[in-house]
Amino acid sequence: MAGNFDLNQPLVGAGLESPADEEGVHVSFNQLIAEQCQAGERLDGFELQQLDEESRDYVAELGSGFESSGRGLYDIESDDDGRQTDPLVSVPWSSATMKILSSMPSRTIGRSRGAILSQYYNKTLQLRRRSQSRPSIRDFSHSSRPSIRGYGMEVDVIDGPQSEMEKSERLVNNLQNLSMGDRMKMLRGMPLSVVEKKELRRKTLQRDKPLTSSSKIPCCSQLKYYIIIAVRHSWYSWLSFLHSLQLWQFLLKRVGGRFGTGVLSYFLFLKTLLFFNVFLFLVTFLFLVLPQAMHPPELPEERRNFTGLDLISGAGHFTDTLMYYGYYSNFTLRRSCAGQHNTSASSAPDCLSKRLSYNMSLAYFFTIGMSFFITCIILVYSMSKSFGRSFRIDKSYSILAMKVFSSWDFKVIKKSSVELMSENNCTQLKEILAEVVQKKEKTGPCQALWRLMVHGLAWAICIGATAGCVISVYFFSEFMHKDLQRTARLANTNPLLKEASLLALPALVSLLNLLLPGLFNLAAWMEEYHSPSVRTYVALGRNLMLKVSVLAVLCYHWLGRVAAKPSDINLVCWETFVGQELYRFLIMDFIFTLLNTLFGELLWRLFSQRVLGRGRKPAFDIARNVLDLIYAQTLAWIGVLFSPLLPAVQILKLLLLFYVKVSSVMMNCQAPRKPYRVSQMTTIFITLLCFPSFLGASVCVTYTMWSIPPSTSCGPFRHLGTMFQAGKRWVQELEKNNPDLSVVAKVHAYLVENPFFLFVGAGIFLIVIYFYSQVVDGQRKVIALLQEHIEKEGVDKKYLITQLQSVHERKKGISRRLRSQDSGC
Amino acid sequence: MGNKQTIFTDEQLDAYQVRLHGRYHELAPHLVPMDYTTEPDCKIPLALIVNMPELKENPFRNRIVESFSEDGMGNLSFNEFVDMFSVLSETAPRELKAIYAFKIYDFNVDNFLCKEDLEKTLNRLTKEELTPEEVDLVCEKTIEEADLDGDSKLSFADFENMITRAPDFLSTFHIRI
Repeated sequence: MAGNFDLNQPLVGAGLESPADEEGVHVSFNQLIAEQCQAGERLDGFELQQLDEESRDYVAELGSGFESSGRGLYDIESDDDGRQTDPLVSVPWSSATMKILSSMPSRTIGRSRGAILSQYYNKTLQLRRRSQSRPSIRDFSHSSRPSIRGYGMEVDVIDGPQSEMEKSERLVNNLQNLSMGDRMKMLRGMPLSVVEKKELRRKTLQRDKPLTSSSKIPCCSQLKYYIIIAVRHSWYSWLSFLHSLQLWQFLLKRVGGRFGTGVLSYFLFLKTLLFFNVFLFLVTFLFLVLPQAMHPPELPEERRNFTGLDLISGAGHFTDTLMYYGYYSNFTLRRSCAGQHNTSASSAPDCLSKRLSYNMSLAYFFTIGMSFFITCIILVYSMSKSFGRSFRIDKSYSILAMKVFSSWDFKVIKKSSVELMSENNCTQLKEILAEVVQKKEKTGPCQALWRLMVHGLAWAICIGATAGCVISVYFFSEFMHKDLQRTARLANTNPLLKEASLLALPALVSLLNLLLPGLFNLAAWMEEYHSPSVRTYVALGRNLMLKVSVLAVLCYHWLGRVAAKPSDINLVCWETFVGQELYRFLIMDFIFTLLNTLFGELLWRLFSQRVLGRGRKPAFDIARNVLDLIYAQTLAWIGVLFSPLLPAVQILKLLLLFYVKVSSVMMNCQAPRKPYRVSQMTTIFITLLCFPSFLGASVCVTYTMWSIPPSTSCGPFRHLGTMFQAGKRWVQELEKNNPDLSVVAKVHAYLVENPFFLFVGAGIFLIVIYFYSQVVDGQRKVIALLQEHIEKEGVDKKYLITQLQSVHERKKGISRRLRSQDSGC
Repeated sequence: MGNKQTIFTDEQLDAYQVRLHGRYHELAPHLVPMDYTTEPDCKIPLALIVNMPELKENPFRNRIVESFSEDGMGNLSFNEFVDMFSVLSETAPRELKAIYAFKIYDFNVDNFLCKEDLEKTLNRLTKEELTPEEVDLVCEKTIEEADLDGDSKLSFADFENMITRAPDFLSTFHIRI
C-alpha cells in the first residue's frame, strides 16, 4: 500500500472544514448531501486531524457497497477468517470517508445549485466555441487519456473557488452571447426551478436591451409573436385531437395487455395498412373517380342487372361502372356550356373553357404513378426509421434497462388501465428476460448431425409442397384459360355459370394459402430450434416463399396470357377483366380468412381442449397472419391500376377483419407460452411490406405501363401504343403549344427516357452510402475507447476511496496505540 | 408547456400558471389563498397532492412529489407544483426529464440507482407479479447492461446514456394536465 502519506501533517491545505462532529452517526447519504448543498460552497478537501474521540467512529455500513464485480484491478485480500473479501466491502466506512464521498460531484448532480450553474456555464461555453470555430487542442483540459484528446470531450469542471453570485453572472454573460434559440434550449434544459429560470432570463434580457424594458416589444414583432403563439396553440390542439381520435385505442390496449407485444404488433400492422389504403383511396377518389363521375361517358347497350353473385365476382353489373378501368374515358373532360357531352379529343367545340379542362388519360397515368411514388417514399421512410431505432452501433445493448425505466406510462390514470399496464409490463419483462438469459446446450456431434437431417427433411417437405402448389396453380390457370376460350366460341352460354366458373381459380389459390401453412407448421413441429425467434423467422421465410411464388405465377397468367391475346377469350377490355380477377381474389381471400377465423380457430380450440385434453388454448400464429395481410395488400397494389376503387374494398375488408380477429383472439387464443422478444418484428413486417410486396407490385405495374399495349376500345389509354405514351404525348403537345417550354421536353427526353441518368444517380447514391458507413465505423471506435476510459476511471475511483479509508484506519490505529500507551503508563 | 412560452411575454406564462393555480387551490382550498400578490409561503402536504386524479393510480406518485419538493418530504409550494407539471409536460426537453426521472427512481436518495432501488422500481412496475428470482435476475441484468464504470450501480451518467436511446421514454414520461 502507499507509504508516502505523511501522517503527522494535515492532508489538504487551507480553508478546510474538519469533520469534527464524529459524534454524529451518519447512516445514509441523503442527510450528508443535503448538508453539503445547504452549507454552500465547500472545497473538496477535508482535513483528517488526529482525533481524540474514536468511539463513535464506526458507522453502519451502507447497504450497497462497492461489490466486487470482477472488473477491478484489486487483488482480493483475505480476512482473518480466511474468507476472501473485497477491501471495499469488508470495512465499514468512517464518517470522514462518507463525508468526502457525499460531496463527490457524481453524488451532487442536480442538487447543488452552484454545481448546476458551473455545469451550464461550461455547456454554454462549449456551445459558443462550437459555433465560432473548431478549437485547438491546447484549449482542452488535460485528460489522462491522450487517445481521446481532441474529440471535444471536456471534463465538466464542477466546483471552482467562486461564489454562487459570480457563477450566476458568468452564466448570464454566456447566455447573452448565444443565439435566441440556443439560449432558450439551455434555459429549458436546466434543472432549476421555474422561479430561478425566470430570474436568469430576466437578467439576460435586461442586458440585451438596456433601453427598453422587456414588456415594450415593438408592435410588429409583437404581432409576429402572437401569430406564432396562435399557430402553436392550434398545432397542439390538432395533435391532441388526433390523439383522442386514435383508432381502436382501447381495444389495442386490451389485446396488448393480455397477449403481449407479439400479438399486438399484428394489429398495429393492420392499422398501418389501413392508413396506406386510406391514402391511396383518397388520391384515386379525388383525381380519378370524382372527375369521371361528374362526366359519365356513353354506356354500351347491354348492361346487366345486379345479382348477388356480382358482389363476389365483381363482374356483371359492376363491369361498366366507375369501379373498373374500362369505364374511364380518354378524352379531355371539359365543362360544356350547352350541357352536351364532348366526345372527341380533336374537335374543337364552340364554347371551350380551358381552365376547367381535365385530361383524363394524363390524370390517370400521373395519379397512379404519383401514388406509387409517394407510397414508396412513406414505406422507405418508415422502414428506415424503425430500422434506425433498433440498430445500435455500439456493443452495449440495454434493452432490459430501457424497458425497466421507460415502460411505465405516466399518462394512464384509470385503475383498470393501470392494472392492464402492470400485466403488460410483467409479460414484456419476462419476454426480454427469456431472450437475454439464454442457456446454451452442449450437443454432441451425433445429435448435431441428427438435427441437421431433421432440418433438411423439413425444408425438403416445404419446398416440395411449394413447388407442387405452384405447378398446380399454373396448370389449373391454363385449364381455366382454355375453358374460357372454349366457351367464348360457343354461342349461348349461361352468363351466371360463366361467372361462377371464374371463381374457381381464386378459390383454389385461397385454399392452398390456407392449407399449406398448416403443413409447414407440422414440419416445424419436429424440428428443434435454439430460440423461439429463429423459429418465427424460419416460419416467416417458408410462408413468404409460398406466397411469392404463387403471386408470380398469377402475374404471368394475367399479364402474359390474358393481356397478350385478349381476343382469344372474346375480351373487349382485358384490363377490366384483370381488375375483376383481382377483385375476386381479394374477396375470396377475405371469405376464406373469415371462415378460417370463425370456424377454424374455434374448432381447433375445441378439438385441442376436448380431444387432445390440453388445458391451454392454442397460440396465435403471428407470422402466418401477417403474411396473409401482406399478400392481400400486394393484390390491392397490383389492382389499383386496373380498378381505381379497389383500395375502398380493401379498407372495408380490413375494418371487418380487425373486429373479427380481435374477438377471435380474445375467445380462442392465449398468450404465447414461450415468450419472445418481438421488438424487431415491426421492422421486419415493414421491410417485408416494402421489399417483396410493394416492389413486386410496382414492377408489375411498371411492366404493364411500359410494354403492354392497352385495349383499343376502352379505358383512358385507347389509341395509344403503351400507357406510358400518355405522358410523352402531353410533353410533346406542351412543346407544340409553347415553344418556350421546349426545355422541359428536352429535359424529359434525357432524364426520364435515358437510362444513363439512372445509372449515374444510382452510382452517386452508393458512394454516399459508403461514406456514411465509414462514419459509423469511426463512431463505433470512439465509443469503444470511451467505454474503456470510463471503466478505468471507475477503477481509479475505487482505488482512491480505499486509500482514503486505509489512511484513516492507519491514523486511527496510531491514535489508539498512543492512547493505550498513555493510559498504560 | 410552461417553458416554451417564456420566450414571449410574461402574460403568456401567467395564463398557464393561473390554470395550474386553479388546480393547486382545489387540492386544499382552506390552505391556499387566491391572492398571490403577497407571495405567501404555503405548502400543501404530500397526502393531499397524491390524491390528484393524475397521480392517484401512479405507483411512483410519492417519489414524483418528493423529487420536486425542496424539503424532500413531499410538501409542495406553488412554484414547485408548477415545476413538477412543466417537467412532466410534453415539451420539456429530454435532458431535464432524464434528470428528474433519475431522481424519481432513486428511492434512497443517494444519487445512485443501486440494486435496492431497482428492486423497488420493479415491484411497483409489475405489482409484484414477478417471482423474487426473476426480480433479482432483472436487477442484475439491468445493472450489467447499463453500468459503465463498474461500480455495480447506476450513476446519473449511466442512466442518461441508457435512457437517451430509449425510443419511448419521452412519450411515457408525460403527465397531461
